[in-house]
Amino acid sequence: MRGDLLSDPVEGLDEALAAVDAFDEALVAGLLRPGPAQAAAVAGLADAVAGTPLASRVAEAAGRASAGAAGEDHYVALAAARCALLGSVHDALTLRIDEAVGRPAAEDGAAGAGPGAAAADPGTNLLAAARSWLCDLARGGWRGIDHELVAGAVPVVSAMLPDPGLRRRATLLDGFAAELAASCPGATLERVPVRRWADLWSRALLLTVPGSAGDRSAAAVTGRLLPLGVDVQEHATAVQAQIHAVFEPADGGAPRLVRAGVSAPKPDTVVGAGLWQLLRPRMSLLGAVSEGRSMELDAMPVTAEGDLLWDDERARPGEPADAFATARVMLSTATAARVAPLDRHPVRIAVPVLLEGYTARSEEGRLVFDLAGQLLAVDTDRVPAAGPLTPEAVAASHACVGLLRWDAGEFLLQPLAVEATVRKKAVAAHAGAWAGGTTDKAGVRAEKAATDAVAVLRERAGRLLRK
Amino acid sequence: MGVGALSVWEKSSTARVMPPARPRKLAKVPFVELADGRLQGVVSSGSDIGRVYVSSVAARTYAFACSTNNNRPCGGARGMFCKHIQALVGEAVLQYGAERVARYLAVETPDGEPDARSLTAVMTAARPVLGDSSAAAQVFSRFLRQLAYLELDAVTAPLPEMQWFPPTRAVA
Repeated sequence: MRGDLLSDPVEGLDEALAAVDAFDEALVAGLLRPGPAQAAAVAGLADAVAGTPLASRVAEAAGRASAGAAGEDHYVALAAARCALLGSVHDALTLRIDEAVGRPAAEDGAAGAGPGAAAADPGTNLLAAARSWLCDLARGGWRGIDHELVAGAVPVVSAMLPDPGLRRRATLLDGFAAELAASCPGATLERVPVRRWADLWSRALLLTVPGSAGDRSAAAVTGRLLPLGVDVQEHATAVQAQIHAVFEPADGGAPRLVRAGVSAPKPDTVVGAGLWQLLRPRMSLLGAVSEGRSMELDAMPVTAEGDLLWDDERARPGEPADAFATARVMLSTATAARVAPLDRHPVRIAVPVLLEGYTARSEEGRLVFDLAGQLLAVDTDRVPAAGPLTPEAVAASHACVGLLRWDAGEFLLQPLAVEATVRKKAVAAHAGAWAGGTTDKAGVRAEKAATDAVAVLRERAGRLLRK
Repeated sequence: MGVGALSVWEKSSTARVMPPARPRKLAKVPFVELADGRLQGVVSSGSDIGRVYVSSVAARTYAFACSTNNNRPCGGARGMFCKHIQALVGEAVLQYGAERVARYLAVETPDGEPDARSLTAVMTAARPVLGDSSAAAQVFSRFLRQLAYLELDAVTAPLPEMQWFPPTRAVA
């Protein structure tokens, strides 16, 4: 990998992010009674998309917002402008990563139908309720949040969650609302996560537009799936595990980078190994990952974005496959799918890479890999607690399979697995090693604690829920 | 306002706002939260398996309340924290860490490091009054709502927005 390319400035990035930052700061105080600085920020957002098809709608919305008179459609237009700017940032960063890792250009392939072409979304009135709540948030600003306002999301989320077609929206709103609730009242907040909340707000608002949650139409693929590692994401009441893998088509086509995800809602006290326990029954791939096996897929559905829509009926265990061997042999030739336009955002960048021949050291209190003089920060905080991979193991490693990411102005490496030399032998540690279960002593203890916790909650649910 | 005015944390899309709950045993106190200006939660009855208590302590005043899920007042919570409230404080310390609980309730313990015992001691020494238990129904329904999450199926359609919610090894 050419680390030097990752530290070179990306043209236009600062200008795009400056427009985003200014708008985000306007949301801190809210747009109910905008001052001159906020009016300028909103106008700046409109200027930034003046050369795009969004121009006239966003200009109108900015005008109304500057006068404190924005309606719901105007907020949606402003959110769309912000998403477009961050989408361009995503594209520029992705291009840079492709150059740095020397990966073949993304498949253009079936780009998928745009929004609107998808079947009508269920729950149109729930989407309208969510939109109305989000617009109230924008009016009051993050400094204006209180318990009553934030609690407005609760009935919407509760009604959405049981419907699989609305799960994506419900999970986002639930995580966002819980963060806001924990931060009430906004007036006395020490600091505000300015970009993060603006991200979550604009994403949630765009997802209230019917048809926006993506086209689930999928092709079917047959061949061999070689796992690289597991990325875990969680908020208080949801978890998702995404397995990054190389897919080798049976028909001899070029290998592809794909993901397979599984997610579930959860009570906030289910943590650690309990997350794996919730997900395990729905996906045999988690067991294969723990055993270091490949899987044979037969007509498994895959979206245009490279997400397998996992179905255990269409997968069976294959030969043993080592993630490092897969990365060394196949990663440089595997092609990536393009990200759907609405989903383009820097937070979405997670490019599987193999790094070798670095030296790990601590720099200003955090771990960095020194790649022939170029430093790459390592985000060990993302390594899930319920697994054998630790920050210490990463620091002692000489080879790493990870995800290249970008946040707050810099590239970061999220380790998925590392190799270290212990008594002259290469020893690997994988973040997702406990996904399918474990015989590791600490792992067994964590499993037992999680089993007990869920058993108590199920017993309580059985007694108290249906009264 | 303008370029460079925001800190790295403020410019992070994945800034961690809420530390995750620490694992703890749930049998005695299946639900705890720091919300609405109170430490509140649900405590299982020691004698009746079908009964639970909804207990709470308010920040700053430490005004306390304890009643059953059928809205009967707890006999123990008259002039003083009952055993349910004591259990609630203990489990909150396990779930969130003593420091976060102390900060939320605005409790200052005399010598540095707070723990469940010193938190309880400081609050009882302030002679808190019995508060009203009108929020009990709401707390109980939030607990039921979380229990209902266990009944929902896992899905394999991607949730792209979960990218905003990375895990963290840091604790409160």
